Amino acid sequence: MEKYISLAHGDGGELSYRLIRDLFVEAFNEEKAAMFDAAEITLSRRQIAVSTDSFVIKPIFFPGGSIGKLAVAGTINDLAVSGAKPAFLTCGFVIEEGFPIADLKRIVTDMANEARKTGVTIVAGDTKVVERGSADGVYINTTGIGIYEPNVGCTLEFQEGDAIIVSGTIGDHGIAVLAARGELGITVPIESDCCSLNRMLGAVLQHTSGVRIMRDPTRGGLATTLVEIAEDFSLTMEINEIDLPVKEEVHGVCDLVGFDPLYIANEGKAIIIVAAEEKDKVLDIVREFPEGQDAVVIGSIISKQKGQLLLETPLGSKRLLNRLTGTMFPRIC
Amino acid sequence: MLEILKQSNNPEICKPLVEAVIQIAKEFQRVFGRKPAFMEVCGSHTMALARTGVKPCLKDFVNLISGPGCPVCVTDQRSIDAMIALAEGENRIICTFGDMMRVPGSNKTLLDSKIAGKDIRVLYSPVDAVQVAEDSPDKEVIFLGVGFETTIPIMTLMVAEAEKREITNFSIWMTTKLVEPVLRYLLDAGEVNLDGFLLPGHVSIVLGEDSYKYLVDEYHISGVITGFETAELLAGIYKSIDLALKGKPAIINNHPAIVTKTGNQTIHQWMDKYLTKSDEAWRGIGVIPNSGLDLRADYDRYNAKKRFSVEVGEPRKTKCRCGEVIRGLISPNECSLFGKACHPMNPIGPCMVSAEGSCAATYQYMRESS
Repeated sequence: MEKYISLAHGDGGELSYRLIRDLFVEAFNEEKAAMFDAAEITLSRRQIAVSTDSFVIKPIFFPGGSIGKLAVAGTINDLAVSGAKPAFLTCGFVIEEGFPIADLKRIVTDMANEARKTGVTIVAGDTKVVERGSADGVYINTTGIGIYEPNVGCTLEFQEGDAIIVSGTIGDHGIAVLAARGELGITVPIESDCCSLNRMLGAVLQHTSGVRIMRDPTRGGLATTLVEIAEDFSLTMEINEIDLPVKEEVHGVCDLVGFDPLYIANEGKAIIIVAAEEKDKVLDIVREFPEGQDAVVIGSIISKQKGQLLLETPLGSKRLLNRLTGTMFPRIC
Repeated sequence: MLEILKQSNNPEICKPLVEAVIQIAKEFQRVFGRKPAFMEVCGSHTMALARTGVKPCLKDFVNLISGPGCPVCVTDQRSIDAMIALAEGENRIICTFGDMMRVPGSNKTLLDSKIAGKDIRVLYSPVDAVQVAEDSPDKEVIFLGVGFETTIPIMTLMVAEAEKREITNFSIWMTTKLVEPVLRYLLDAGEVNLDGFLLPGHVSIVLGEDSYKYLVDEYHISGVITGFETAELLAGIYKSIDLALKGKPAIINNHPAIVTKTGNQTIHQWMDKYLTKSDEAWRGIGVIPNSGLDLRADYDRYNAKKRFSVEVGEPRKTKCRCGEVIRGLISPNECSLFGKACHPMNPIGPCMVSAEGSCAATYQYMRESS
């Protein structure tokens, strides 16, 4: 393992994976729980889900959201893709001395609005203030508790032919934030997709059967998330490049700076792997929600062996996709 | 424009093009008894050929060789060591393109220096370095100026901007490269047998179609200026084979919407005003006279090489064969380090690091078939 933490350890790719596997999972000895976005625990007769996440983003306000909206939606989505119904949230703030109260109020209002919209209650919180220079504005941790309803959830019983659905265009959040930092030197009319997915995914689970697994492809993007599923469950999955939903603006920016939309972060998208015969029903339900209007099937499980993700190019050739390896840096020309 | 680009990746257009290329390549094989061989000069071509699947599709029919067109890959080891040493100095802010961050020097990378606390910033828009200088008047802000003709003009804009704002704490460490001298070097050396070049779309916007006449007039070899989308790449390869079959060398501009005959004259004037030719060291090749551009003496105040002295020792020797990769002598998987000791998480040489490097392209997009 590396000697020091680098920014790439936080990008959700190979280094993040190794850090979690070799340090946290090793120490906490909870290998099974580490495979999912929320841990399942049993308290008396109810099964509940717990998930925690910390949110560090620059800028804290961006087109389509803020760190507050993100902190609520992010943890809600982790619970929702785990098949639980999000119920309660706690939040912890680390705030830098000198941070404007007005900005804090805006952040907290965003959190409250998002929680209200999703039917989730924020029940506890904590605030720490650190000296100027010890933090970058504000960091938020949220912990969420959700409830598993009896006989509702993901089966994890994968079959050849299972369809891979993505609930909308990929890369919007990552590119919107990059543009909002002003580092591109161009104006890009893209909003982050940051939103809570619990109502949409709850409806999918309520009204269909055969959902194998759901994930939200955040850091590391769609490719890294699918590689993780393929490896965790020893599946060979194939996605088709021509079917990937990518906004033209996102495609354009990625071409310009040398990024691949497959590896750009999303904050309001879900991957749903579902039995082939149920895919149309799932698509119909997802598309009823504004956050799922652009949902499409992008590929399928082609074998229950190997643990790999393949991409079919428009020419029909296939290539292996890997986790994001290190931070994506803009290229020279 | 985006509609056109989308069409350019449409399988209904591209798959018949692949068939056409295979057919004409077979004809070449029948006539000459071997596969046609072309060098893509540009790193973005290298990446695009791998990413789009063109290279794997054609591997049995056309030999596509990656050339010295990745600006990071061709940067001499000593230059990289010098840039890292420069970043180690006190009271400095180093601004750079992202590609440079993970390139290994003899002992460390710029990323290592950043983690250790040095102020090193990755810029998307290089001219921002001038703003950084204005915002930090008590620091020396140095931009690492790596690149070919595509990026060199931006450096002249940076100097112009610094002049306009009367900024005195800004300078550029130039290690730029020019396409023509290295193509001449490769052709003069005769180490690699080629039937033509896939010439870079980006660089050609600056240079123009006519700038490649020497390939035909002096070396009797063809070149096709090619864009980066799937159909453009396939059309470029088709035309290259067609020219080789006809045996009549020519330069074809297959990117006419963007590349003109004489290039961008405004940019040429800017480059003439601020820059002059300089000897540059290329990785795996050594110094090629007049193969780069440095600031004219009038602008020494913006020339980091004139303002800061940096001492570097002999570069550390490794088994890395990036030098041979960029000369087109070996493919990445012929290097004993490839995919073993050297991979994107632990790159030994720059070809594995750069977003345009041929080792990175092979590892990222063609590993299972390499």
